[in-house]
Amino acid sequence: MSIEKDKLSDIYYKLLKIRKVQLKIEELYHEDEMKTPVHLSLGQEASSVGICANLQKKDYIFSNHRSHGHYLAKGGDLKAMIAELYCKETGCSKGRGGSMHLIDTSVGHLGSSSIVGGGIPHAVGAAFASKMLDQGLVAVTFLGDAASEEGVFFESMSLAALKKVPVIFVCENNFYSVCSHLSTRQVNADIYKRARAFDIPSLQIDGMNVVEVYETAQKVVTAVRNGKGPFLLECRVQRWRGHAGSGDPGAENYRKCEDLDPVNRRDPILEFETYLNEKELLSTGERTKIQEALDVEIEEAFRYGQQSPLPDIEDLEKYLFVE
Amino acid sequence: MPWTKLQVEREEPTFDENEGQDVRKLSYGEALREALDQALARDGRVYAMGQGVDDPGGMFGSTLDLHKKYGGHRVFDMPLNEEGTVGMAIGSAMAGMRPVSIHNRPDFLLMAMDQIVNHASKWSYMFAGQVPIPLVIRACIGRGWGSGAQHSQALQSLFFHVPGLRIVMPTSPYDAKGLLITSIADNNPVLFFEQRWLYKHTGYVPEEVYSIPFGQAVIKRQGTDVTIVAVSHMVTEALRAAEKLATKGIDVEIIDPRTLKPLDELTILNSIKKTGRLLVADLCWKTGGFSAEVITRVTQKAFSSLKQAPQRVTFPDIPTPSGYVLENAFYPGVEDIVMAVESMMAQEI
Repeated sequence: MSIEKDKLSDIYYKLLKIRKVQLKIEELYHEDEMKTPVHLSLGQEASSVGICANLQKKDYIFSNHRSHGHYLAKGGDLKAMIAELYCKETGCSKGRGGSMHLIDTSVGHLGSSSIVGGGIPHAVGAAFASKMLDQGLVAVTFLGDAASEEGVFFESMSLAALKKVPVIFVCENNFYSVCSHLSTRQVNADIYKRARAFDIPSLQIDGMNVVEVYETAQKVVTAVRNGKGPFLLECRVQRWRGHAGSGDPGAENYRKCEDLDPVNRRDPILEFETYLNEKELLSTGERTKIQEALDVEIEEAFRYGQQSPLPDIEDLEKYLFVE
Repeated sequence: MPWTKLQVEREEPTFDENEGQDVRKLSYGEALREALDQALARDGRVYAMGQGVDDPGGMFGSTLDLHKKYGGHRVFDMPLNEEGTVGMAIGSAMAGMRPVSIHNRPDFLLMAMDQIVNHASKWSYMFAGQVPIPLVIRACIGRGWGSGAQHSQALQSLFFHVPGLRIVMPTSPYDAKGLLITSIADNNPVLFFEQRWLYKHTGYVPEEVYSIPFGQAVIKRQGTDVTIVAVSHMVTEALRAAEKLATKGIDVEIIDPRTLKPLDELTILNSIKKTGRLLVADLCWKTGGFSAEVITRVTQKAFSSLKQAPQRVTFPDIPTPSGYVLENAFYPGVEDIVMAVESMMAQEI
């Protein structure tokens, strides 16, 4: 299978965008101007990008506390995201949500929940709506390995199978719930097998390889959109940083995987570049162009976020209800 | 649930809101059914789901045979997964549907607490009103025949504490229909609490579609001596108590808030200005319950009108016992209201 050139550029652009934006957040976090608990997805860029590259603009995604990658991969507005991290009125949630509660309804992102597992049934519901209204849209929920331990994950799979709705459960398994390794929490690390009880097809793939994610997701999205019912895709990924904030303080005390040290860990962007080199796709010049454009875009977004007005305290009680 | 039907038939006397009047009458359950029927007919985005909604009982008659009329894709049974069910309802509401999630008992909603409290109630505020959650959650408060500690809880005050939810508790068939129509048309999450014994009540219900605004109390009885703010089935008990009190020359005013959130303070405060006495007849536990909020607000906003300290009749702060002797002792009723009012009136003589 060959990936179209436009798609390759888009994938490269999104991977880099998620990487660069988060490195910038990390760089500036110590200034304490972004007063919001960030959960960086550095290292995990490939899973969200590979999945979302197969989605239409109106398709739904439901995210979680580690929200930046999903939002940007689906095409969420960067300026509104950075402004939200600075808790500004111009933020995507007008400063009421913060990093864990991003939203961009214009690209089918209906809001991320910071309750682990909380957004899983929402995707089932949105997929149900798509089916009821005959819209042909699919819904994707991104969940971590810890969310797969919540009862609502199983309830959601049960309902999705029963109603045969177009939903894809994407489990980004980074093996860590804060500092607790999966091996201390579950006897079976193969999360994709959980779907078997509900006769939901599932796969476990290398979530660090964006080409593998993209090509698998292409088949899965097509099948789900064509009425084949739900799917569970386990993407095995590496979380480079700690659970929250910048860096990974105390990593040596809890990290079990040697491959997560900065020298030996895998890098989905470098791997994609190697792939592009081997296939002689996307010239160095084209890549540089993307990088430079991104640097300008990110610079502007941070300036926008920093310079935007804060919410008015007169509006404290606004938005409790929708009019 | 056949046992509760038995109990209602035996224990709850007939109550006709419009006795002696030649008007169109429906039972509480029929009124709810008519509201849902009309909502389903008017809007293709409305759907109803819950355990047993399509069974021969049809949720005490309130959903009876609607699946036959609108199809199993719009009125359907659900597995016992309240958290998943309510979460799915929320997600579908985000994507344009108008779900009515029906639960036999409020007790079971505790399994969906995360979705109701952490999600439905927060979405508007957290995302600055960008994604409406037009969701109705119906639950019927049980009573009697050994329903006990886990099948008869009235948990509205738990939810009452949480910003971002509407709490609706209709008493009459007329209000049941009008408020359910309003609830389904509202763009925010609504918790709609019924009470099992009210299902035997009948009253005037117009055939046409009508809605009752939230936050509008109804004065069920005009009076001058004591204002009784009563909730759900306690409204009926208060009306019965009023007849007894009238024979003793005591004239009570009875206010049914109909919606706890938003609460019609004005009607209550105006009544207090007239009577100077407040009794809250609540349908839940005492501590931290709805009655505490009503009394606080009246004390703060109409202190100078009060002739004496407000009083309340509530469930005692214990789980509901199952055995019938203790169960009868647990529930406050007509006599408790009569005694409370008499004691209030005696204070100033």
